[in-house]
Amino acid sequence: MKTFTFSKPADIKGAHAAFKANATSQFIAGGTNLLDLMKKEIATPANIVDINQLTLKEIKSDSKGISIGALALNSFVAEHADVEKDYPLLSKALLAGASAQIRNMATVSGNMLQRTRCPYFYDVAMPCNKREPGTGCSAKDGLNRMSAIFGASENCVAVHPSDMCIALAALDARVVVQTADGKENSIPFTDFHRLPGNTPDRDNNLVKGSLITKITIPKNNFNTHFHYLKIRDRVSYAFALVSVAVALDIENGKIKVARIAAGGVAHKPWRLYEAEQFLIGKTAKEAAFKQAAIVAIKGAKPLQHNAFKIKLLQNGLELALKNAIA
Amino acid sequence: MIKSDEKELPHCSRRNFLKQSAALTAVAIIPATIDTAAKNRLDEKYAYQLELMPVSLEINGVQKNVQVDPRTTLLDLLRENLHLTGTKKGCDHGQCGACTVHVNGQRINSCLTLAVMQNGNKITTIEGLANGDQLHPMQKAFIKCDGFQCGYCTPGQIMSAVACVAEGHATNDEQIKEFMSGNLCRCGAYNGIANAIKEIAK
Repeated sequence: MKTFTFSKPADIKGAHAAFKANATSQFIAGGTNLLDLMKKEIATPANIVDINQLTLKEIKSDSKGISIGALALNSFVAEHADVEKDYPLLSKALLAGASAQIRNMATVSGNMLQRTRCPYFYDVAMPCNKREPGTGCSAKDGLNRMSAIFGASENCVAVHPSDMCIALAALDARVVVQTADGKENSIPFTDFHRLPGNTPDRDNNLVKGSLITKITIPKNNFNTHFHYLKIRDRVSYAFALVSVAVALDIENGKIKVARIAAGGVAHKPWRLYEAEQFLIGKTAKEAAFKQAAIVAIKGAKPLQHNAFKIKLLQNGLELALKNAIA
Repeated sequence: MIKSDEKELPHCSRRNFLKQSAALTAVAIIPATIDTAAKNRLDEKYAYQLELMPVSLEINGVQKNVQVDPRTTLLDLLRENLHLTGTKKGCDHGQCGACTVHVNGQRINSCLTLAVMQNGNKITTIEGLANGDQLHPMQKAFIKCDGFQCGYCTPGQIMSAVACVAEGHATNDEQIKEFMSGNLCRCGAYNGIANAIKEIAK
């Protein structure tokens, strides 16, 4: 690990000031991904600003929705009574991710900012445009069974690793950010993460030095018919090959609103808008789910080793929808 | 291809600055000591001392005030600085759970946090579970249920198991397996581990 200066400011203002002290500064919260990257010298910040003293851990719920502090721990959010009752999809997705130990360390904002688990990104001996722009993508023609089937570019085929974010994308969450000059912005969750394009080194649209302060989810009727299905190489404690978050609002047997997002398939949480549209007005039964799953895989582009993900997504979505009404 | 004539770019770090200014001061005041200082790498030691940060922790009920390099993980602080080697380093990347300890009663991976981030916190390691010669009930259950073979993952398993029960995540077999999935056992003593946890949880 490279040397760095370390400080633990008491408030947001102090955090912004400490961050500005060095061009390579990084905020640290849980540290479960950043420290990993620092040990491998993939991340080499010369200044670390520990934000754990900031008062951004609160969860507040009312009739309009829920607001979750950026530093709320994954374990705390997953088992919070209001989240379990009104936003159970988020709870399920959180509990599908990582381990009990890591969920006790990882924060909401850190979860959003975690880097891809593409093996070539972590292998410093191999070219990687995300790690070192311009060196090339090793996964594109390499061992790419974990790689993307949607939205990839010539420069990067990595996938976004979070489970929590898949649920937040499905639930139309918003990300509230405080910029370095103290302004507050709110970004739709689905616009927060980026596709790789020509700049795969950028995972998201967060402006450098900005701090995520909270996420908000508008009140919905998805607490009855929902499911988070995660398919992975082992039963627990592994990143998704494919995951699906589904939420349905059903009235008199017909689907009024549908939300579907998939993980493990793209560089960002991947909303399946066409499949959602297809389901609206349909009877919430297997026949419609089967058709929606076919719509969902339209436009998927496999690489040499990951074509299996297309079938996994199709079958996984059908199953998740069935489970949502079970 | 790696170019052999490539030189490291000059950069001005705090450490280099301290080393250079220490050396310059030495030149100005007592030239005779330069040779000795260089031989003993005193410049390096001097710079290193200045980079250390104070950390106060309560470890297994004992207050510890130490000076650490900010790069030190909690795991390395425990093992290398405080010689509490019960906590094990498996993967050092949060993938195996061998380094599991409790911070303020919650289980975490000590390899994935910096010691300086834990300033003021209460840490419990495997050394802090027993009450003198009296083993913790979970330690006894591991022995009774044959919850280990080689023993390397055992401290992490036991720390995780104690937390798993305290959290209320040990109500059935499936839940125990899910909430213990952050602790790998390459010997495959999983059934014994799960049985030990069930024994304590009931």
